[in-house]
Amino acid sequence: MKLLEYQAKRQFARVGIAVPAGRLARTPEEAAGAARELGRVAVKAQVPIGGRGKAGGIAVVDSPEAARRDAARILAMEIRGYPVRSVWCEAGLEIAHELYLGVTLDRERRRLALILSAAGGMEIEEVAATSPERIAKLWPDPFAGPQPFEVRELAFAALAHAPALAEARGRLAAALVPLAQTLHRLAVDLDAVTCEINPLVLTPEGTLIAADGKLEVDENAEYRHRELAAELALDLEGEDGRTGEDPYEAEAKRRGLTYVHLPGGSIGCIGNGAGLVMNTLDLVQQVGGRPNNFLDIGGGAGAEKVRDALAMVLSDPDVRGVFINIFGGITRGDEVARGVVQARDELGIRVPLVVRMTGTNEEEGRRILAAAGIVPGTSAPEAARKIVELVGGGA
Amino acid sequence: MAILVDRSTRLLVQGITGREGSFHTQQMQAYGTTVVAGVVPGRGGAEALGVPVFDTVAAAVAATGADTAFTIVPPAFAADAVMEAAAAGLRLGVCVTEGIPVLDMVRAAAFVQRTAMRLIGPNCPGLMTPGEAKIGFIPNHVGRPGRVGVVARSGTLTYEVIQGLSDAGHGETTAVGIGGDPVLGSTFVDILPLFAADPATRAVVLVGEIGGSDEERAAEWIRASGFDKPVVAFISGRTAPPGKRMGHAGAIISGTTGSAQGKIDALAAAGAAVASTIEEVVRLVGERLSGP
Repeated sequence: MKLLEYQAKRQFARVGIAVPAGRLARTPEEAAGAARELGRVAVKAQVPIGGRGKAGGIAVVDSPEAARRDAARILAMEIRGYPVRSVWCEAGLEIAHELYLGVTLDRERRRLALILSAAGGMEIEEVAATSPERIAKLWPDPFAGPQPFEVRELAFAALAHAPALAEARGRLAAALVPLAQTLHRLAVDLDAVTCEINPLVLTPEGTLIAADGKLEVDENAEYRHRELAAELALDLEGEDGRTGEDPYEAEAKRRGLTYVHLPGGSIGCIGNGAGLVMNTLDLVQQVGGRPNNFLDIGGGAGAEKVRDALAMVLSDPDVRGVFINIFGGITRGDEVARGVVQARDELGIRVPLVVRMTGTNEEEGRRILAAAGIVPGTSAPEAARKIVELVGGGA
Repeated sequence: MAILVDRSTRLLVQGITGREGSFHTQQMQAYGTTVVAGVVPGRGGAEALGVPVFDTVAAAVAATGADTAFTIVPPAFAADAVMEAAAAGLRLGVCVTEGIPVLDMVRAAAFVQRTAMRLIGPNCPGLMTPGEAKIGFIPNHVGRPGRVGVVARSGTLTYEVIQGLSDAGHGETTAVGIGGDPVLGSTFVDILPLFAADPATRAVVLVGEIGGSDEERAAEWIRASGFDKPVVAFISGRTAPPGKRMGHAGAIISGTTGSAQGKIDALAAAGAAVASTIEEVVRLVGERLSGP
C-alpha cells in the first residue's frame, strides 16, 4: 500500500519531522484558497506513482488565479492510468542543499536499512548505480533501533562526498541523529517497507525539512493500519469509483482472488500455487502464446473457487482460451474438475479449455473432465502447446 | 543419509488444534514423523491426535524432549511463536504460515540468529526426507528415497520436482522448501552446505523464482566454495512484468534486481545446468547422475 505524498507528510509531521506548509485541495477553488493563504505554492498531483513532474502534474504558481487554473488542469489529468483526485498545494522552500534519507527493507540482510546520501533529489537507485560511494548505509538492530553513534558514522560517511557541507558536518550529523531515529521508528510503527525523504532539504538557515515523502506499508500488515488504508481508498476512488488500478485486478481483489492482469494476452492461466502459476505463464510463452493473467487458486480450493477463478479470467474479452494447471496435494483433482465443468455449463464458456491435472484424485478428476468433453493432460508443456494451438496463430 | 529431518526427529506442533494444524499433523503422523507434543496457549493438559498438549514450548520440551518445531499458527502470532520455539532451545523450526508482517519476521529472524535454532520458512511448504519423515505440506505420495537433494522457494514446484525425480527413479535424499517471503529463516546458501556435507546427496536441484537476490548469492556460493556436486537449476517467473507481485510476497522484480534472466545467467556462469521445464530438470539430473 503506497501512501500519497500528503499522507506521508502528515505522518512525518505527526512524529515531529519538519515539512513545508501545505493544504490539500480537491477543487480548483480550494487550490486558490491555499494560494491566498500560503502565497507562492507548488500545486502537486496526488497519485501513488513517481514521474508526476515529467507528466506535467506539478506547477509552481504565484497567484490564487494561477493556482485555480493549474489545479483545474491537473485535477483533470490521468497520470499513468491514475486519475488525479486531489492536489497538494505547498509553500516553496529556500534550498542550500538536497539530501536523501530513507528506510527500506533489505532482504539480503533481513533488516531495515537506513540510507543517507548527500546526493538528494535524484532517484536513489540511480545514485546507487552511478556513484555507489555517495550512499551510506546502516542496518540497525531491529530491537534497539539506530544508536546515535551509528547515525553519526552514517552521516560522516555520506557527507565525506559533499565538500560543500564539510564545514557544517558536525552540526548536520547532530541534527540527523534524532531525525534518523524518528524516521526509523515511524517505519517500524507503520510497518513500512519503504519510508523515505527525498529530497531532505537543508535550508540556508541550517534546518532540515522533508520536501517530498514516499511511504509504502507492507500489505501483510495492512490489518494493523486500517485507518490509513481507508483514507487512501477515499483518496483514490472518485465518484466514478475508478481507482487507477487495473480494473480487472481491482475486481479480483474484491472477489478475494490472487490475480495479476497482463493486458493484451489471449490465454487465461489458472493454477494452484504461486510458483506453479508463474511456471504456467512461462510455459505458455515458451511455445509462442501470450498469457493474459496470473491466477493462483491456492491450496485446497473447492469447486466453487475454481468456478469463480474461471469467471474472473474470462471477464477480459481478450481471453480466447484457458489453461488450468493443477498439481494436486491438498487440492483435489475431482473438486477442480467439478468446478471446471460447473463453470463451463453455468457461464456458457465457449472458448477452449485445457486442464492439466496430476496428483491427489487425478483419475477421478480426469474421468469427470473427459465425460464432459474437456481434454485433460498430464504433462504441463504438452498442455501449454495444446492451448496455444487451440487459440490459434498470433496468440 | 539425509539433512535436517529424519527418523530421529522429535516434533512438536505449535497450533496442533487448528483446522490446518490438525489435518497436517495427521498427514505427518501417517508419513512416519514422530510427533511428540502440541503447543496451544491455554490448552495445556489436553490431548490432541494422541499426543499431550502444553501451554508453552518450554514445557513441551521439558516433558517430551522435542527437538524440532512445526509452526502453523495465524500470521499475527506466527513470528512470536517462532521466537518462542527458538528460545526453548530447539534445533530446527519450520514455519509454514503465509502472510506474516515482514517487520515481525525481521525481528524474529534477528532473535533466531542469536539462538541455536535453524529456521525454515515462513510461507514455505516444509521439508521431506522420503521414507523417514516430513514436516509440513509436501504430499505424502510424491517422495521416494534416493540420491538428489532439492531446495526450492515455491511449494507446488517443489512437489513437481520431487514427483518428477521419483517417477524417473532418481529419488531424493531430502527436499527443502525454503519459502516465498522476502525475509526467510534460511536461504539457498544456508541449505547448500548441508547437501555438500551429505554423502548420500549426489546432485542438487535448485528451484528459484523472481525477486530478491538469493539465487545470485547461491551462484556465488557454488563458485566460491568449489561445490563439486552437479547442480540443476530452474527459475520461474520469466514472463513476470516488473513491479507486480506474482503471488508470493517475495516474488517481485523491483528496479534492476530480481529478474529471471539475471538469476539464470548467474547460475549458468557458476556451472549449474539451467533447465527451462521441470521435465528438463529431471532429464538433466539423470544425465549427470549416470555420467562419468
